[in-house]
Amino acid sequence: MSRRLRLAVFGLGAVLTGALLVIAFTGLPEFGTSHHPYGDRAVHTAVDEQKTSNAVSSVNFDQRAIDTMGEEFILFTAVIGTLVLLRELRREVEEGEVETELRRSPRGLSSTAYLTYAMLGVTTLTGLYVVAHGHLSPGGGFQGGVVLGTAIHLLYVGGGYRAIRKARPLHLYEIFDALGAGGFVVLGLAGAIVGGDLLANVLPLGALGDILSAGQVELLNALVGLEVASAVIVILARFLEQYAEVRIQGTAR
Amino acid sequence: MRMLLFCCAGWLLLIGCYGIVVSRNLIHTVICLVVCQSSTYLILLGIGYRSGGTAPVFSDTSPSTVVDPVVQALCLTDVVVSATVIALFLALALQAHKQHGTVDPDELTSLRG
Amino acid sequence: MTTAQLTPVIVAVPLAVAAALAVVGRWLPRAVRDGVGLLTAAGAVALSALFIAATADTRLVEWVGGWRPVQGHSVGIVFVVDRLGASLALLVSALVLIALIYSTKYFEDVESHYHVLMLAFLGGMSGFALTGDLFDMFVFFELMGTAAYALTGYKVEEKAPVQAALNFGVVNSLGAYVTVVGIALIYARTGELGLAQVGDALHGEHADGLVVAAFVLIITGWLVKAAVAPFHFWLADAHAMAPAPVCTLFSGVMVVLGVYGAMRVYTVSFADVLPEPDVRRALLVVGVVTAVVGALMCFLQSHLKRMLAFSTIAHVGLFLCAAATLTPDGVGGAAAYVAGHAGIKAALFLCCGVLLNRFASVDEVHLHGRGRSLRLLTWLWMICGLALAGLPPFGTFTGKSLGEEALVASGYHWGPLLFVLVSAVTAGTVLRAGLRVFFGVGERVRHDDAPGPESENEEPETEHETRLAHTPIQMTAAIIMLMLGSLAVGVVPALATHVAEAGARFLDGADYIRQALTSASASPLEPESVTSWTEEGLLLSALSVLLAAIVAVASTHARQVTRGREIAPSFVRGIRAVHSGHVGDYVAWLLVGVAGIAALVGVPLT
Repeated sequence: MSRRLRLAVFGLGAVLTGALLVIAFTGLPEFGTSHHPYGDRAVHTAVDEQKTSNAVSSVNFDQRAIDTMGEEFILFTAVIGTLVLLRELRREVEEGEVETELRRSPRGLSSTAYLTYAMLGVTTLTGLYVVAHGHLSPGGGFQGGVVLGTAIHLLYVGGGYRAIRKARPLHLYEIFDALGAGGFVVLGLAGAIVGGDLLANVLPLGALGDILSAGQVELLNALVGLEVASAVIVILARFLEQYAEVRIQGTAR
Repeated sequence: MRMLLFCCAGWLLLIGCYGIVVSRNLIHTVICLVVCQSSTYLILLGIGYRSGGTAPVFSDTSPSTVVDPVVQALCLTDVVVSATVIALFLALALQAHKQHGTVDPDELTSLRG
Repeated sequence: MTTAQLTPVIVAVPLAVAAALAVVGRWLPRAVRDGVGLLTAAGAVALSALFIAATADTRLVEWVGGWRPVQGHSVGIVFVVDRLGASLALLVSALVLIALIYSTKYFEDVESHYHVLMLAFLGGMSGFALTGDLFDMFVFFELMGTAAYALTGYKVEEKAPVQAALNFGVVNSLGAYVTVVGIALIYARTGELGLAQVGDALHGEHADGLVVAAFVLIITGWLVKAAVAPFHFWLADAHAMAPAPVCTLFSGVMVVLGVYGAMRVYTVSFADVLPEPDVRRALLVVGVVTAVVGALMCFLQSHLKRMLAFSTIAHVGLFLCAAATLTPDGVGGAAAYVAGHAGIKAALFLCCGVLLNRFASVDEVHLHGRGRSLRLLTWLWMICGLALAGLPPFGTFTGKSLGEEALVASGYHWGPLLFVLVSAVTAGTVLRAGLRVFFGVGERVRHDDAPGPESENEEPETEHETRLAHTPIQMTAAIIMLMLGSLAVGVVPALATHVAEAGARFLDGADYIRQALTSASASPLEPESVTSWTEEGLLLSALSVLLAAIVAVASTHARQVTRGREIAPSFVRGIRAVHSGHVGDYVAWLLVGVAGIAALVGVPLT
C-alpha cells in the first residue's frame, strides 16, 4: 500500500475508534468514585486475614499469585528469546574481537568514577531494602530487582567495560534468572502439595507490620527480585556485545 | 476531569498507532508500541483512583480511605515485564539491521503478497 | 488432591521444567534435553485426558491459591474447565508432543533454548484455555505470544524471519493492549475481573456504549490472535518463516485459542447483556470475510507455507461462522472441525519441512517435479489435501457437516455453499501444489519479476552441512500420527453427540457462573443424538472433494495463475497489494477492524 493510502486507512480507523473510546468513556463512573468492591475486599483480606501491610503486594503474590507467576514467566521467556535472537552466529565476529572492542571504549573522568563507586553501595543496599520490605512498604521484587540490576551498571558508567566485566560473570546471571523463575513455580507446587491448591499461602503469617509476616509474599518477592535483576543484567550485557559487533563490522566495511 | 484523563489515555493509544503507521525506523516503531502500552496504565490507574484516598500501604497508617490496590498490582508487574518484551523486539530490530542493512520498514520487502 | 486442584498444575509443571532446562540445559546431552521435553509434553497430555474424563457431566472449578468465594465474592483467580476447554488443552499438549518428536531429527543442532521456549509456549496455551479470569487470560496470552515471537524469529541468519517476527509481535501486542483497555472499562463498570463475576454483575443490565465498547475491545486481542480479517495479515508472514514444527502449533491450535477466547468471553460474561442476534450477525460477517479473503489469497500463493497459512485463515473463518451460530451443533461442529483440521494442517506443514530439508525450497514452482522420488510423502500430501476438502471419515468431514447443518438450522442457507467453496478452493490449491511438486504435472513456469516472499534460496532450517539423504523415521512418524489423529476424530463413534453436548455445556453461561461462584454442580443436559453421517453431509463433502480436484487440475494447466500478477482482475490485485508485509499497514487495518466490529455490534442496539 502506498503511504497515502495507508494514512487514509489509518485516519478512518483512528477517527472511528476514537469515537468509540469517547462513547465508552462517557459511561465510566465518576472519577474518584468510592465504589471499588474488589479493591475493598482485597484490602480487607490483605490486612486483616493475611497480615500484609502492603495490599498491592498481597494482591500480587498472594491473592492473584498465578497472574504474577505468568508475568514472571513472560519476563523469563523474553530473556531467553532475546538470548536466542542475539546469539553468536557463525558468520559473525569472534568473541575475542568483541572483548577487545569493548575494552577500547573510552573511560570517563575519574571524578565520575569515584562518584559511581560511592553510589554503588548505596544503590545496591536500597535495592535490597526495597526487595526485602516489599510486603511492608511500597516496593517488592519487581521494583527492587530493577534497582539492583541497574545498580551494577554504575560500574560501567564510572569504570568502563573493564570494571563491569569483572563483576559480572554472565553465565551465572543467566542461571540466577532461571532459578528465580523456577523457584516461584516450585514454591507454588509446594503449596499445592501441602495445602492442596497451587500457590496456596501455607507459610506462617506472623503479625501485621513485622518483618517476618505475610507468609510466602516475602519469599516470592526475593525470588522475583533475583530474577528481575539477573534479567536486566543479562539483557544489557548482550546488547552491549551487539553494539561492539556492529561497531566492528562498521569499521571492517 | 474524568473525560480529560481518559481522553488523554485514548489519545496516547491512537498517537502510538499513528507513530507505527508512519514510522521510518523499526526502533521508533517499537518505542511507539511502548506509548500504546502506557495508555493502558493510565486508564487502569485512573479507574482505580478514589477521592481523598492514599496509597494502599498500612505500615505506618491505620486503615483509612485508600485507592484501589488491584489495578496498581496489575500495572506494576506489567511495567517491568514489558521492558523485557520490548528488549525482545529491539533485538529483532537489531537483527533486521544486520540482515537487511536498514531499519526502514518501507524498504523491507521480503514478505510481499 | 482433587482433579480440580490439578488444573493449574498442568500450567505450572511445563513452566517449572522450562526453568530447570534453562539452568542445567547447557550441560545435558541433546538426547536428555529432548527426552525431558517429550516427557513433560506427554505428562500434559495425560493430565488433559484426565480432565476430559472428569468433565463428562460437570465443570472442574478451582480457585487458585485456595481463595474460594465467600457469599459469591472472591479475591482470587478461578480456573473453570469444561469438556471443550479440556479438549483444547489436550489438543495443545498433543501437538506440542508431536512437534517435539519431529524436532528431534529436524534440527541437527539446537540449544536447550528451543525446548525452553516450546515448554513456555505449552504452559501459556494451557493456561489460556483453562483460566476463567479476564486479566489472567491476558497474561497467558502474552506468555504464549512472547514464546511465539522468539520461535518465529529463530532463524536469525535469514532476513525474512526477523521481519515476520516483528510484524507478528507488534500486531499481537497491540491487540493485547486494546484488550486491556476493554478489561479496564468493564472493571470500572462491574468492579470484577473474572469472567463469571463479570457475567454475574452484568446480569439484567442494559447494554450501553461502554458495555459494547468493552466487549469489542476485549475480543479484539483474541481475534487478532485468531487471525480473522482484518487482523490476519501477520499470520501469513509468521507461518511462512517460522520453523515447520512451530508452524504446526500456530496453525493447529494457537489461532484456535483466539476463537475460543472470544466465544468464551461472550457466552459467560456478555451473553446476558448483548443480544444474541447482533453478536451472531457481527461474527458471521467477520467469519465470511475472513474465509473468502483467506481462500483467495491461498489460491494466489506459490510459497507452500504461505499457502498453508492462508488456508488456515480461510478455515478459521469457517470455524468462526460455525461457532457464531451459538447453537450446540455449531459450537460442537467447530470443535470437531478444529481437531480434524489441526491434524491435517500440522501434517502438511511437517511435509513442507521435509521438502525444505531435502531440496532447500518450499516454492511449488521451484520444486516442480522434484518430489517424484518421495513416494510416501506424495501419498501423505495428496491424502491430506483431500482431507482438507472434507473427505470422510476424517475429522474435517464431521466438523464441516455439523457446521453446515448448524448454519442451515439457524436460517443461513448460504452456509453450505460457503463451506463447500472455501474448502474446495483451499484444498484444490494444496492438491495443485502436490501435483506440481510430486508429479511434475503442468508446464514449468518461471516466476515473473515482481518481488515475492523469498523462497528460492531459503536455507534449510537445520544446520546440516549436507542435506538429508533420507527422511528420518521420526519425521515421517510424526506426520502419520497427525493424520491418524484427524482420522480418529472422525471415526470415533458418537463423537458428534459428545461434541454437541460439549457445545451445549460451553454455551450455558449462566450455569458456568453458578458453578464458579457457588459450589453447585452443573445442571444436567438433555441427551440428544447427533450424527454427521447424513445424506446432505455426504453429498456436500463429495461435492467439495470433486470441486477441489477440478480446481487442482485446472490450475496446473492454466498458465495465467502463477504469472497472474498483471492479468488478474484489479480487485484481486488490490487485495494482494494490501498484504504488503509492512507493519504500518497492519496497524491501520487493525483500527479499522475494531471500529467495524463495534459498528456491527453496536449500531443495531441504538
